[in-house]
Amino acid sequence: MTGKAPHLSLDLSKNEPAIELVGIDKKFGAVHANKNINLTVAKGSIHGIIGENGAGKSTLMSILYGFYQADQGEIRISGKPVTIRDSQAAIAAGIGMVHQHFMLVENFTVLENVMLGAEGGQLLRQGVSSARKELKRLEDDYGLDVDPDAVIEELPVGRQQRVEILKALYRGAEILILDEPTGVLTPAEADHLFKVLKVLRDQGKTIILITHKLREIMAITDTVSVMRRGEIVATRKTTETTVEELAELMVGRRVLLRVEKGDANPGKVLLSVKNLTVKDSRGVTMVDDVSFDVRAGEIVGIAGVAGNGQSELLEAIAGIRKPASGEILLDGKPTAGADPAELRELGLAHIPEDRHHMGLVLKFEEYENSILGYHRESRFGGAMLNLDEIRKQAEDQIEKYDIRPPNPRLKTANFSGGNQQKIVVAREIERNPDVLIIGQPTRGVDIGAIEFIHKRIIEMRDAGKAVLLVSVELDEIRSLSDRILVMFAGKVVGEQSGEANEQALGLMMAGIAA
Amino acid sequence: MDYFDIFISILGSAIRLSIPLLFTALAGLFSERAGIFDIGLEGKILASAFASACVAYWTGNAWAGLATGIATSIVFSLVHGFASITNRGNQIVSGVALNFVAAGLTIVLGSAWFGQGGRTGQVPASGRFSGITLPGAEMMRDVPIIGPLYANVISGNNILTYIAFLMVPISWWILYRTRFGLRVRAVGENPGAVDTAGISVAWLRYRALIVAGFLCGFAGTYLSIAQSAAFINNMSAGKGYIALAALIFAKWKPVPVMLACLLFGFLDAFANFMQGKALPGIGEVPVQIFQALPYILTCVLLAGFIGVARPPKAGGVPYTKER
Amino acid sequence: MSTASVPLPAWINYGLIPLLNLFLAFFFSGLVVWAIGESPFEALKLLLAGALGRGEGIGFTLFYATSFIFTGLSVAVAIHAGLFNIGSEGQAYLGGLGAALVALSLDRYVPWYVTMPFAIIGSALFGAACAAIPAWLQAKRGSHIVITTIMFNFIVSSLMNYILVRVLIVPGKMAPESRTFLEGGQLPKLDWLIGMFGGRLGAAPLNFSFLVALVMCFLVWLLIWRTKLGYEMRTLGHSPTAASYAGMRYARIVMITMLISGGLAGMMALNPVMGASARLQIEFVGGAGFVGIAVSLMGRNHPAGIILAALLFGVLYQGGAELSFDMPTITRDMIVVIQGLVILFAGALEYMLRPAIVRVYQQISGK
Repeated sequence: MTGKAPHLSLDLSKNEPAIELVGIDKKFGAVHANKNINLTVAKGSIHGIIGENGAGKSTLMSILYGFYQADQGEIRISGKPVTIRDSQAAIAAGIGMVHQHFMLVENFTVLENVMLGAEGGQLLRQGVSSARKELKRLEDDYGLDVDPDAVIEELPVGRQQRVEILKALYRGAEILILDEPTGVLTPAEADHLFKVLKVLRDQGKTIILITHKLREIMAITDTVSVMRRGEIVATRKTTETTVEELAELMVGRRVLLRVEKGDANPGKVLLSVKNLTVKDSRGVTMVDDVSFDVRAGEIVGIAGVAGNGQSELLEAIAGIRKPASGEILLDGKPTAGADPAELRELGLAHIPEDRHHMGLVLKFEEYENSILGYHRESRFGGAMLNLDEIRKQAEDQIEKYDIRPPNPRLKTANFSGGNQQKIVVAREIERNPDVLIIGQPTRGVDIGAIEFIHKRIIEMRDAGKAVLLVSVELDEIRSLSDRILVMFAGKVVGEQSGEANEQALGLMMAGIAA
Repeated sequence: MDYFDIFISILGSAIRLSIPLLFTALAGLFSERAGIFDIGLEGKILASAFASACVAYWTGNAWAGLATGIATSIVFSLVHGFASITNRGNQIVSGVALNFVAAGLTIVLGSAWFGQGGRTGQVPASGRFSGITLPGAEMMRDVPIIGPLYANVISGNNILTYIAFLMVPISWWILYRTRFGLRVRAVGENPGAVDTAGISVAWLRYRALIVAGFLCGFAGTYLSIAQSAAFINNMSAGKGYIALAALIFAKWKPVPVMLACLLFGFLDAFANFMQGKALPGIGEVPVQIFQALPYILTCVLLAGFIGVARPPKAGGVPYTKER
Repeated sequence: MSTASVPLPAWINYGLIPLLNLFLAFFFSGLVVWAIGESPFEALKLLLAGALGRGEGIGFTLFYATSFIFTGLSVAVAIHAGLFNIGSEGQAYLGGLGAALVALSLDRYVPWYVTMPFAIIGSALFGAACAAIPAWLQAKRGSHIVITTIMFNFIVSSLMNYILVRVLIVPGKMAPESRTFLEGGQLPKLDWLIGMFGGRLGAAPLNFSFLVALVMCFLVWLLIWRTKLGYEMRTLGHSPTAASYAGMRYARIVMITMLISGGLAGMMALNPVMGASARLQIEFVGGAGFVGIAVSLMGRNHPAGIILAALLFGVLYQGGAELSFDMPTITRDMIVVIQGLVILFAGALEYMLRPAIVRVYQQISGK
């Protein structure tokens, strides 16, 4: 996955521009999502747009695809100014989009999905044979083979994404935008996607790849733009930049790759997972016979590409998801059948991956979220809520964790991402649990809060707690963990010390070396 | 009367009772397949029954009645669309509101115009849809089994009955063989897919609602000027809801919709027949059981005891583009 | 991004917008009145006078409002847990059976104040029973509660029809209704309440259940905002995933919520059955369950708002009845039209005016 893609050494600057954005500006109320964006992408190239969550990448692409209108600025396709009022106009201008969440009708066949909106006449019969022919041609030209009669919901995710690409090409897209395309893919599927993208580029298509993964930028793009806080802060040829430079541009200062921490002092096993198998709602095995221990006073990190079973593993340990088989022991005692509430009583705390849907109720006031999951505790009242006590401890947490604004009566949705995450972290850590399991502790969180949260996690370890950390950010895993387990396709494929080198971990995460 | 005659007579009555259900359930099929819950079906058929009775009474022309009934019901559909599509209001609330408006308005206007406490005047024969004897019905009558079946069940119905059955293959064809149908099915599952394909979600859903209104117009007209000869207070009497039950029972598919409507119509006819009679070996069965049976069956189905009823995924959720 | 996320002050959200929606509903109702050749203003005057002019009118208004408070609370409790219970109609109907059975068995032996607690329990139990199956189907089988509660409205209707026609009917009588309860099965009228304001209750059936309704408002407020159960219900209503993360049991909360919701709907029966007609009559609910949806929506699912909205609908019902006396061309069913339009504008078209108001507000406040 590292190294440069070998391809025709054309001088891109001489290529005519496929798409030009001139002075694009967009505000949502007080939020300045895109500030004076100027961008030129050469025809027949792969251009990456990289930036953290909330940097304005998706807004920019939504403007290109006609979901939003820019307040100011101009879009030029092949040199000609165009107005993109809606998706239809975008399609007419030759822009195709592969959305992060696929825009597919799940109970339709591939053929029906491809034809939708481009049926070729009032009656379906008229378009079906030509659509089949066209799909065959696309398969021959680009190696995009999919059974046209397969039903989408029965296809693996990688195939579904291929249908999205086919949809765009079927409509004659010359410019293809992919929004975080590898987020849901296995490494093998991602590799295949990259091969397809290269073929498409070599055949003259222009590709814009939006991602927050540096690796992908380095692996596949010709040029790259970095977005930060709504602005494009730099544009580089990929060959002339480095991961370090891009990372620095993304966050605006040197990334703190190492957290100050002393040596671990592991004690007895507090969390033990034995031969755990977890299936999702469709019956697909997501966690496959996984076993490991977490000791008191150590942080065990689980590295892996998103979607390799980490989420399900966390949910199973937290009692949210019932395992298909296997055992989870807390301090030597099996927890089979315990629900999340009972597990909390046993000393397990859980900072979930998704604070918006799981860790918090965004419509609640802050103090109401400060007891979520612990509301049954007797100090918060019997049948009735002891509001005085609840608000008092909420205020304590606000002070101790520097949650801003310091107002327990404010609606949670009105806090920033970092402060929302602190509400969750404060709630879970303040219960002083023996075992803390954490998913994506700093996703969408500003740098200041990241440091703060990382310090709290280390403190938990030093206080002799067992910490299990899941993150897709390899840097985070490496800087916090004492031991690292790598998950791939539902299995733990390897273990490394906290000082593991990135290359080795990357190979394991890709399922190549174990 | 021997059993066969009884059976024929119940069957004939079952068909007559299932026609309004069939039109209404097919109407619901289009709106729900497009992702719009439609509990306002009841109101639509009531309003159209009233409108067609009025016009048929005044003009003496059944077709003019039908046209007005359809137009009225489409207006109701458009209001539902305005609330639930354009303004992203709650579809159930909008449906409940329209049912109230229809129930009240038909009586208020009816009383003001006809002064009979909500009844319209008696519609003259020319303003009604009456039975059509199909060719050969008399000749066939004496052929055993098939004869009475043809003469008394298949022949002798009014034109709307035949249209209703014709609507089943037509609906199927529209849903599964046309561009419009493909898009309707898509928008009820994932409006995002439709939107990003460059199709207007709102206009597509409006069109599906117009089709629903069109079909409800037939149902209402059938009630007031085909099955009877005047509009009577609240004459839809819950048929919109039974149709909804039939639609669910049929798992949102056209041909099963027809079978479900026939089944529910049959239950109704059987209940009428059984009124005051005793079943051999069981004794008298309360008619209320038959009246409740469509709803009980639908609940049993919804509970997943008879296969799985999977409603259109995007049903009931207003579409918002913003992320 | 549209104007949807622009915050507006509370007086606009909870005052101005509902009032404007209400105005629109009345405007269109006025058009209907005008279309049948009467003066809308005259009609409005008569309506208000009929509903609020005399003690008796007020008594009727409060009588109707009592029923709507119960059904409105029923809908609201379910909505807080994210459940749309449109079966309040049927739950109230079955609740009537519970109340009637208690009254029929006790009225001979004890005074009303002994009967009443049992009747409250009886009606609530029967109402809850009617909600139990849809609740179970939702909790355990994932069947859509909107559909199953609609179905149960009809199932209960058939059941009650059978019971009244075959079981409770007074032998020899034609009307499908139970015998009249003796005094021990009747709730006392609230003459003193109207009397306190110098009016006379007259024939108005305002009765003790009005006070029960007010107590229930307080209890529901307590339940939703002050108890742990209410906290769990609201968590589930806002975010089912957060509820499961917090270890709240989905099936348990759905069941309890729906039983409470059904119980509240069932208690509505106290008012017409034991408070007014003193017998169980066919179709006595008469749409109050559906009005409850409107009341809950207009009252923003808050007991205080529900009382206000119930009063509004009470005015409509009573005023509409009076209106049809004074203007014979306008039948009582006019209130059904107004009701429908209020539900349409205040409920389904709730947000229609918002974008325009936001624009005006932003201009005025200079943002």
